Amino acid sequence: MFNFLNSKNFRDFHDHYLYWVKISFLSLLIFGLIIALFISPADYLQGDTVRIMYVHVPASWLALQIYAVMSVCGFVTLIFKTRVFTIIAKSVAPIGFTFSLISLFTGSIWGQPTWGTFWTWDARLTSMLILVIFYVIYIMTWRVVSKFYLAEKLTSIISLIGLANLPIIKFSVDWWNTLHQPATIKLTESSTIHPSMLTPLVLMFLSFLAFSVIVFLIRFKFESLKMKIKKNK
Amino acid sequence: MNSNIKRRLYFFLVSLVVVLIVGQFVFKSLKKNTIYFFSPSDLYNSTEIPNGLIRIGGMVKNDSIKKSGNQYKFIITDKQNEISVNYSGIKPNLFVEGQGAVVEGKLTSRTSLTASKILAKHDENYMPKEVADALKKSGDWKKKYGK
Repeated sequence: MFNFLNSKNFRDFHDHYLYWVKISFLSLLIFGLIIALFISPADYLQGDTVRIMYVHVPASWLALQIYAVMSVCGFVTLIFKTRVFTIIAKSVAPIGFTFSLISLFTGSIWGQPTWGTFWTWDARLTSMLILVIFYVIYIMTWRVVSKFYLAEKLTSIISLIGLANLPIIKFSVDWWNTLHQPATIKLTESSTIHPSMLTPLVLMFLSFLAFSVIVFLIRFKFESLKMKIKKNK
Repeated sequence: MNSNIKRRLYFFLVSLVVVLIVGQFVFKSLKKNTIYFFSPSDLYNSTEIPNGLIRIGGMVKNDSIKKSGNQYKFIITDKQNEISVNYSGIKPNLFVEGQGAVVEGKLTSRTSLTASKILAKHDENYMPKEVADALKKSGDWKKKYGK
C-alpha cells in the first residue's frame, strides 16, 4: 500500500522541480506584496491596518492545515506503519510551528490598534496558543526521545490528540462569544470581503503555500537520507 | 489487510469513540463556563447581579457617546436591552457608534457599569471606503449590515 508515495519520488521531485517551486514562490510573493501593500484599498473602518491581514490570515490557515496533515500522517503511521508518512510529518512540523507563531505575532500587532489590546484570553486566541504548544511538544518529542521507534509512536499520538483542537480553533468564533471576529471567507456562504481585498489575500496564501512546499522538499530529502544512512550502518 | 493492521485499526476506532464521548461532556461544560462576555440581555435575565469584574459586549448605541475630557458615557445595546457605561481613559480607534464593543468593569446596578477597560470589536466585513460610502448612500447598508 502507498507504494506511489516512495521517499525516492519526493527526493526526485526535489531535485527536478525545486527551482520552479522557488520561482513561483518568489513571483507570487512579489505580486502579492505589491498588491497587498500598495494597490489594494484601505479598509473603510480599519484604514491601513487591514494590510496586516494579508500576512495574518494565510499564516493562520497554513498553521491549521499543516497540523491537519501531520495528524493524518500520524494516523497512517500508527495503523499501517508506513515510514514515509512519519518523515512527512516530521518535515512539515517546523513550518506549521513558524506559521502559528507568525499568526499570533501579527494578530497581536493588529489587535493593539484595532481592539485596544495586544492579547486577551478569548476562545480563538487561547485555542491558537494551544496549537503553538502542541507544535512545541511535537517538535520537542523528536528532539528528546532518542529511540526512533518510540519517538515515531509518541509524536503520532501527540499529533492525533492535537487534532481535537483544530475544530475548536475554527469554530471558536461561532460557538462562543469572542473578541475575535467570525470567519470572513466561508465555504458555504458568500464571503464578506471585497474582491479587491480578496485577490492579494489569495496571492499571499499561495505564496506561503509555495514556501511551505520548498521547505518541506528540502527537509524531507534531508530527513529521509539521514534515515537511509542510519539503516545502512 | 493483514491482521495486525486490523487489530490496530479496531483499537484506534474504539479509542476514538471513547474520546468523542468524553469530549462531548468536556465540550458541554466548557460551553457553559468559557464566556468571554455577556450581553445586556444575559444580565437582564440573570437572577442576581454578579460582583467583581465582568465583561459586557454589544453594539455601541448610535448618538449615545458623550465625551468630556477623557470621560466617556455611552450605551451598550443588543437591540433588546441596554446598559449605560462610564469610562475614563483612552479609547481604541475603532470604538465608534454603531460598532461592536466589549467593556470590562464593575456593575453599579443592573443597567449601569463603570468600565476599567474598553475593547473595540471588529466585525467580519472588509471593504474599501468608497464601497462602504456607496452602500450607505444607496441604502443597501441597512439591509446588509443592519446598522
